[in-house]
Amino acid sequence: MAEVKLLGLWGSPFSRRVEMALKLKGIEYEYFEEDKKNKSPLLLKYNPVHKKVPVLVHKGKPIAESLVILEYIDDTWGDIGPPILPKTPYERAMARFWPKFIDEMCIPTLRRASWSEGDEKEKAKNEAATLLKILDVEVKGKKFFGGETLGLVDIAAGFIACWFGVMEEIVGTQILNKDEFPNLCDWIEVFNNDNFVKQNLPPRDRLVGKYEAHYQAVKQARAA
Amino acid sequence: MAEVKLLGTWGSPFSLRVEMALKLKGIEYEYVEEDLSNKSSLLLESNPVHKKIPVLLHNGKPIAESLVILEYIDETWQNGPSILPKNPYDRAMARFWAKFLDDTLAEAFRKTFASAGDEQVKAKEQVQELLKFLDNELKGKKFFGGESIGFVDIAGNALAYWMEIFAELAGIEFIATDKLPHLCAWMEVYLNSSFVKEHLPDREKLVDSFRARFQKTG
Repeated sequence: MAEVKLLGLWGSPFSRRVEMALKLKGIEYEYFEEDKKNKSPLLLKYNPVHKKVPVLVHKGKPIAESLVILEYIDDTWGDIGPPILPKTPYERAMARFWPKFIDEMCIPTLRRASWSEGDEKEKAKNEAATLLKILDVEVKGKKFFGGETLGLVDIAAGFIACWFGVMEEIVGTQILNKDEFPNLCDWIEVFNNDNFVKQNLPPRDRLVGKYEAHYQAVKQARAA
Repeated sequence: MAEVKLLGTWGSPFSLRVEMALKLKGIEYEYVEEDLSNKSSLLLESNPVHKKIPVLLHNGKPIAESLVILEYIDETWQNGPSILPKNPYDRAMARFWAKFLDDTLAEAFRKTFASAGDEQVKAKEQVQELLKFLDNELKGKKFFGGESIGFVDIAGNALAYWMEIFAELAGIEFIATDKLPHLCAWMEVYLNSSFVKEHLPDREKLVDSFRARFQKTG
């Protein structure tokens, strides 16, 4: 019986966060690919509240919510591999603040800016630019958000580096551009080309296919 | 000399959470009451991203977001009672439930207050389902934190006190003893615990302030 299990989805940015953290620490785990349309009894048992991935199961005890899982991994395997959170309380507070900002503000806005249309899209695009500027300022002068090495904020911001890039390609927007967000684009370049990160992002062509299908479905629903 | 300052507002549960944590640890602090219709330059400089309270300033360095502040307080001042549990799994559970309160449950309440008719009935049912999870979580426990008030209990101030007031103003009953016995018991003990009671804003004043706000926007 594997001591560490992960219920995930290949294309989910939240699921990939947890895989990245486990791999960063060199923790062995058994992976279960879920099916959103046909959730496994294991998923429903281990995350009855949200019924979502990712769920980490350690010695039979489940933990849900990607950021909660990442802190759990850092707390539990603190002595093993590189740290995910910084050491000092103030830096840790900052490392908690930014992923919250990314999840609560950036991701929903970036999704709306991609999939909506008309006035809603324009409004979302403007909001997105404001939010991305904030991140651009935050990462200025740094290799990663975490400093010299990858940390919690970088792992959380993976959505912007990878998933959003594909979304923009599909819908034909150029919200995230080098002119307006030079520092963020530099970070994206470093992040996406990092050897470790590269191995842990979903295959790009598969993601393109997934978002193509999603975009078609969204457009069809609107036309109906 | 360590300098601790809190930018807050009187009627905010998020602001109160931070005060509760500081008082729990016996930390001296300077409280600054913000006027949200006329935000101070200190607030705008300290929280340029959200421009919201609460903001804790420790030796001039600002931290925003109430739950982030609570963890900062717990990690910085290790004397006095712990806010989060010691064991990693229990800590994960505390973080999970606090997030549940602030994200999932709060959104469900918002939907209920913002809707009417059938939509509101559906929204109310959703709230009941979510509250049932909390009720289960409290089985066999005095507080979410066990024997004493912890992270989730502090985060639960909005549910225990503010939500109940909104519900009364909206004429909706959410928490019935027969359906949610453990949650009701928790609310009773929590709101009557001397530590919490002495720090809650006056109920009548709070009701009046919300009534005034509803009238302004209504």
